[in-house]
Amino acid sequence: MQTIGLSAVDWIIILVYFGFVLGIGWYLRKFMKNEEDFFLAGRKNSSWVAGLAFLSANLGALELLGMVGNTFKYGMFVAHFYWIGAIPAMLFLGIYMMPFYYSNKIKSVPGYLKLRFDEKTRVLNGVAFALMTLLVSGINLYAMALVLHTFLDWNWDVSLWASALTVAGYVGLSGLMSAIFTEIIQFFLIWFGLFLISILGIIEIGSLKEIISRINEYSAQVSLTTLWSSSSNPTQNGMLISWGGIVLGLGFVLSFGYWTTDFLVIQRAFSAKDLRTARMTPILASFFKMALPFIVILAGLIAIALSIDPHSGFRLLQDGGHINYDSALPLLIARYYPSGLVGLGVTALLAGFMAGQAGNISAFNTVWTYDIYKSVINKKASDSHLLWMGRVSTIVGVVISLGTAYWAKSFPSIMDYMQAIFSWVNAPLFATMLLGMFIWWITPNGAFWGLIAGMSSSFTMYMAVKFNWFNESIITMSGVHSDMAANFWRAWWAWVICAGITVIVSLFTKRKPKEELIGLVKGLSKENFDKPFPLLKRPEFYAVISLIILVILNILFW
Amino acid sequence: MKEVKMKPIWYFVGLILLVMGGIIFLNGIYLLYSPPITQKVLSVLHPDIWWGGLMVLFGGMMFLISRKQTIE
Repeated sequence: MQTIGLSAVDWIIILVYFGFVLGIGWYLRKFMKNEEDFFLAGRKNSSWVAGLAFLSANLGALELLGMVGNTFKYGMFVAHFYWIGAIPAMLFLGIYMMPFYYSNKIKSVPGYLKLRFDEKTRVLNGVAFALMTLLVSGINLYAMALVLHTFLDWNWDVSLWASALTVAGYVGLSGLMSAIFTEIIQFFLIWFGLFLISILGIIEIGSLKEIISRINEYSAQVSLTTLWSSSSNPTQNGMLISWGGIVLGLGFVLSFGYWTTDFLVIQRAFSAKDLRTARMTPILASFFKMALPFIVILAGLIAIALSIDPHSGFRLLQDGGHINYDSALPLLIARYYPSGLVGLGVTALLAGFMAGQAGNISAFNTVWTYDIYKSVINKKASDSHLLWMGRVSTIVGVVISLGTAYWAKSFPSIMDYMQAIFSWVNAPLFATMLLGMFIWWITPNGAFWGLIAGMSSSFTMYMAVKFNWFNESIITMSGVHSDMAANFWRAWWAWVICAGITVIVSLFTKRKPKEELIGLVKGLSKENFDKPFPLLKRPEFYAVISLIILVILNILFW
Repeated sequence: MKEVKMKPIWYFVGLILLVMGGIIFLNGIYLLYSPPITQKVLSVLHPDIWWGGLMVLFGGMMFLISRKQTIE
């Protein structure tokens, strides 16, 4: 495989970053006085800190290599992940769900399930989340190793272990606080390290209009440059999916399932200093989320436009005869960046992967410690023992995710792997959360068996298609579909099955008394969770602005 | 003993951008006078100089504003 050399200056930039993150972990360790400091960063963060960390925890391998690679593969439809596939869910979390989470002072999302339902539902979700987190953590390691392998020609094993040990070092020292600090540094490094690619790509090709017109000329039958206008017929867009799959699978189930229930991102909001700040966390993050396509989608489109021009000399790497879509972004860095900037670009990628992995590990150590270890194994554990367990589980989590990284290598593209995992765990959980938070008569047994049915059906559908037990078109309701389209539709069916079983079992099993559910279910709560604020300080005001921008962006790129 | 208070995250963000931007900017100036044999696409624009300079400005401002702040 072709490799790109680094100069001494590039190495200095990379070493400055590694020194910084380890130094921050060391600096913050003296402020970790108790387990709340370690697991929830002391609950003292502002909405800017919590909001940027909320976004950056998700800004790992997915948004960088994976999304640029997927734009090359599927076209502009990938922007749905940033807009309809994120913003409505983030706003819903801030406006409707965060008061239930934050006001109950829970330490994790499974902790809410214990209060709303029972211990067994909490443990079930805790175990599923812990497994999912380790799988996703593995993909961050895999992506990191890909970058190190591509740019530095490092051995896969050395790359994986070097990155994993660094993350284990700083998360083990200072827990969530150091994860949040490095996530925010990563946010700025990504913008400074990668946005320049979009600027230089536009300068080289001429204009954004020229990029789109070149791609349209090349791919006249299948649109790679529209968001909705080619969604009525799956054969007319690169993702081979209809608008129904996007709206129901991605926009509703996968998006709400991820952004409103995944503890990895919600943990950042739990670190906020008060309820208004916690509610502002996802709303503030939504503005930055909407801006990310100007790095990743644009870079993917530039890569397509360059690769169809025979004179550009730009070709994606090949791995065993298959196109390596994830090589698009590293190759653009190599194309445009002189020494020094190459180091910054590589550091931005590394920072994204390491922060993404640190996010997974810090969420894993919290769920393991509170929802599995303290809940099942050692119910009388002291605070100092839990702090020790948090550090031990950080190291163990990193070691397990090393194993999952090798599994991730076998998938054709990063995002397909991620969405497959999310459709197993998050999609059914969203049904449980939605029903539990808004309908008081949903029972603990209903939630438990609904979750079991949703998760197992999603996994079974995945395996059935993989081993050709039945045709994928039964799930996608279409003769043509991509892996991504199948993920969207599988998530939708998992949600429907989970919701259906939850409701049916709830009709025949014992309900919790209403007085036990006050503060946990909409309509039964003391409705005013928070004191009234002037208009410019109200989360709802900013949510409306965010929604308006979302609509404008969708119309602009219709 | 006086209790040490935590520096805000903006202090560290400013510092790392300042340091990295400074290295990129200075290296860009060096490359201006000693250009490498193999040129990158659009190297004539010298993106390292203006982009590194922008990072120094942004990072320097954040560092200066937050250098005396602490988190309670």
